[in-house]
Amino acid sequence: MAYSDKVIDHYNNPRNVGQLDKSSTEVGTGLVGAPECGDVMRLQIRVNPETQVIEEAKFKTFGCGSAIASSSLATEWIKGRTVDDALTVKNTEIVKELSLPPVKIHCSVLAEDAIRAAIGDWKKKNTAAETTEASNESEAAPETMTK
Amino acid sequence: MYRERGDHIITQVTEHKAVLDTCKRLEKHGFRVTFLPVNADGLIDLGDLARAIDEKTILVSIMAANSEIGVLQPIAEIGKLCHERGVLFHTDAVQAVGKIPVDVIADNIDALSLSGHKIYGPKGVGALYVRRRNPRVQVAAQMDGGGHERGMRSGTLNVPGIVGLGKACEIAQAEMASEAARLGALRDRLKNKLETELDFIHINGSMEHRLPGNLNASFLYVEGESLLMGINDVAVSSGSACTSASLEPSYVLKALGLGDEVAHSSIRFGLGRFNTEAEVDYVAAKVVDIVKKLRELSPLYEMAKEGIDLSKVQWAAH
Repeated sequence: MAYSDKVIDHYNNPRNVGQLDKSSTEVGTGLVGAPECGDVMRLQIRVNPETQVIEEAKFKTFGCGSAIASSSLATEWIKGRTVDDALTVKNTEIVKELSLPPVKIHCSVLAEDAIRAAIGDWKKKNTAAETTEASNESEAAPETMTK
Repeated sequence: MYRERGDHIITQVTEHKAVLDTCKRLEKHGFRVTFLPVNADGLIDLGDLARAIDEKTILVSIMAANSEIGVLQPIAEIGKLCHERGVLFHTDAVQAVGKIPVDVIADNIDALSLSGHKIYGPKGVGALYVRRRNPRVQVAAQMDGGGHERGMRSGTLNVPGIVGLGKACEIAQAEMASEAARLGALRDRLKNKLETELDFIHINGSMEHRLPGNLNASFLYVEGESLLMGINDVAVSSGSACTSASLEPSYVLKALGLGDEVAHSSIRFGLGRFNTEAEVDYVAAKVVDIVKKLRELSPLYEMAKEGIDLSKVQWAAH
């Protein structure tokens, strides 16, 4: 498998690795993929409630080099953008930037899914927080996974 | 040639595709094929084999050593059982010949396949042993014309290939005992180093019944291909090299009952004649380093460390 220089760079120096406090209302968490498929991505964002700007993005990925690179790149791209702007990131742009071969396109799809899942989680938390302010604490940490 | 006698063939699930695909083709031609299961160690059960043989069984084909996990099937016992029941026994011994003693007479083997490139011989040459008496095994001609090789495979012989294969066998035979001891020690050294430095490591296949130069390990929560990428100066394989064009996890590992996620995390290490202790130490250190680095990146490792049961998580598979 030949990897592009950009994939190798992200693999060797992954950007924004880590985790954010998923119980915070400012944080949205997306966990996508499945271990039996060989790819799991967790992407988290911390959003400024005033400006709706993604101030921090973190990821951890179980998967091949292309999956690691796709999620690393995704965190770079969405950082500093508003939530709505970040939703416009397309997997095809990731494919192009990383020169992913056809068999690795699913990695870029997963990265796009991870962005959407993280933003979706943040939105869910914040609409819930607005309607029932009293139950902030319990509503604040919806598990991305059930059970 | 044996069609009048019966239509049933027995093999097992971790065979090489060369055998499995051939059996699947025979099924299309009307043969019944039993694919015996293996246990968690990768071994077939002789009781299963005995029960699978019926009055229409004409052939049992069980490999001597597995290419991915190095597990050795009980060839002598299988040969004995087959001869007691009047069934021909073929073994794919491509991985075994030259590495462990194989005796077609003592082990009641009726047909045996071997290949030059697995024993440091020339590529493109192999051999099929065909028993001549007790019983005499008859093989349909692969091609007609000239009657070479007792009429089974007509055509001018590949003399350089044959001589190279013969010489490779001679050298392997002479060095087998010392080489097996040396490789077994190197393999155990590699295994010990990995197990000492890393948690969540799973050795695939029986350690007792195994080729000396093979180690197959799953590094849980690390995906195999990303691991290979980090040790790209070492020739190891994830899944099996023969089927690595697909991203599917190894069917051999799945046959041992491993989940897809464990199979996705596996690496096969093969040690051979030209490997040294220094190389083993280098590989061990490098693998430990990369596995630790990738686990820092792995949400699954983090979750496992937190005590989350990953099998109970509802994954959003796509």
